[in-house]
Amino acid sequence: MPQAVSAARAAGALAVRDDFPILSRRFDGRALIYLDSAATSQKPAVVIEAVAEHLRSHNANVHRGVYALAQEADAAYEGARAKIAAFAGWDAQGTILTKNVTEAINLVAHAWGRAHLGEGEAVLITEMEHHANIVPWQVLCRERGARLRYLAIDERGELSLGQLDSELARGDVRMVAVAHVSNVLGTINPVAEIVARARAAGAVTLVDGAQAVPHMPVDAHALGADFYAWTGHKALGPTGVGVLHGRHELLERMEPFLTGGDMIASVDFQRATWNELPFKFEAGTPPVAEAVGLGAAVDYLAALGMERVRAHELELTGYMLERLREVEGLSIVGPPEASARGGLASFSLDGIHAHDVAELADRGGVCIRAGHHCAQPLMRRLGVPATARASVGVYNEPHEIDALVEALRAGRELFGL
Amino acid sequence: MDDLYRDYILDHYKRPRNFGELEPHDLEAYEHNPLCGDELGVHIRVRDGRIAALRFHGQGCAISQAAASIASEELEGMSIEEAGQLGADWMLELLGIPISATRRKCALLSLKAVRGAVTGDASWPNGSSSG
Repeated sequence: MPQAVSAARAAGALAVRDDFPILSRRFDGRALIYLDSAATSQKPAVVIEAVAEHLRSHNANVHRGVYALAQEADAAYEGARAKIAAFAGWDAQGTILTKNVTEAINLVAHAWGRAHLGEGEAVLITEMEHHANIVPWQVLCRERGARLRYLAIDERGELSLGQLDSELARGDVRMVAVAHVSNVLGTINPVAEIVARARAAGAVTLVDGAQAVPHMPVDAHALGADFYAWTGHKALGPTGVGVLHGRHELLERMEPFLTGGDMIASVDFQRATWNELPFKFEAGTPPVAEAVGLGAAVDYLAALGMERVRAHELELTGYMLERLREVEGLSIVGPPEASARGGLASFSLDGIHAHDVAELADRGGVCIRAGHHCAQPLMRRLGVPATARASVGVYNEPHEIDALVEALRAGRELFGL
Repeated sequence: MDDLYRDYILDHYKRPRNFGELEPHDLEAYEHNPLCGDELGVHIRVRDGRIAALRFHGQGCAISQAAASIASEELEGMSIEEAGQLGADWMLELLGIPISATRRKCALLSLKAVRGAVTGDASWPNGSSSG
């Protein structure tokens, strides 16, 4: 057994694989090896059961019913919101449940952006953003006659605070939107520092925490961001529920994003007035069962302890980087050391296209992703058409990394490399 | 023996036939599959209503590249009219390997480019993909 495996175990690694029913599935007689948690996480039994139990025993629409069952549904939904908010260090009233991060960022781009971004002003994002944190700003800037500017990544796949300062010094930046952890490079950005400098320059900030909240302790309030978005399905919860934390003073001044039921105080034939926070931003029946599931997911993560989750994934990431580097012709993008990154590694393999790399990994029973990872500008910047990406979660174990490495080696052999 | 990565597939991938640019050319098209980053262009020289020569260029996975290479050998000498009517089955039969739904776009990328070049219609087989 390689040294790093025993080291990972010695560090008190988590052993929770059995909590995840899907991981007992077998493909071609082999146990499922799931290394695609950056795309979506698997779900522990407690989450699946919480969703089922809600639908089985507590289902009613929320915010309208007077009967006892409806009050149970209300309590379940609002109870889930409170837990979800607290998990990321925010208050419940400033925590809006959306469909996903994409919707959360669109909400801010529309509801804040249309009212506050003027002609000739600028939105500042980075070269490592996911399309979800690019396209809404492109559309907004085009509509407002504003400029979209980018912070560059350096050779390590990291941002420069110096460039941030010079961009902010131009005096036209109204919004700074940045990923907490890059879904391609793995880079953990210095968001507290970025947010502080942006705020000092009078800019509003949004942090895309999709790849951060599920994997490390995050106190969005302490980070100081005006808006902080993340999503349930990457955090052991169901799909269909995303999270937007926002500062009250900003949310209060914003017009609604989507309009319709539930988000109103009163409606007459010609006009309506808006409900209070957070309901003003939750038009229509919300994802009740999904929120309940996410509530159970954050309970599960909190019980594991996010420090331990990070320690577990840090060990695995270090091991993954070390083992991947043993594969001939393999190059990894992003910061070289595990401590500077989240639990993922994107890589290319000489002579084998990323799509084939993923297919060859699947031959070894290993699920990894290949493609542009919804980050085409970054792919262009890196000069690669696509990369393969392996990413870990709480349920992964070092032997699964070994299986990936073996599959890659077998693939090179098959390709005659 | 691997079902998908057969010897001849890997051979065409590593040593693609009719690869490069063709100058001068009469017809051309460029296709890409944004989901996996495959890019494929084609240059075609026409003589007497037939494909006198063609070259593919670009980069992509083993399936898309091998498909282009294998197709190129069949396309040379074919009438423009016939090339414009080739269907997915023609390509899949030529490839001779089981193609899953996710790899179908890879397998058909070269034919899509050829059809686009000879018919001017880039919408085959069913509109463009998104990313």
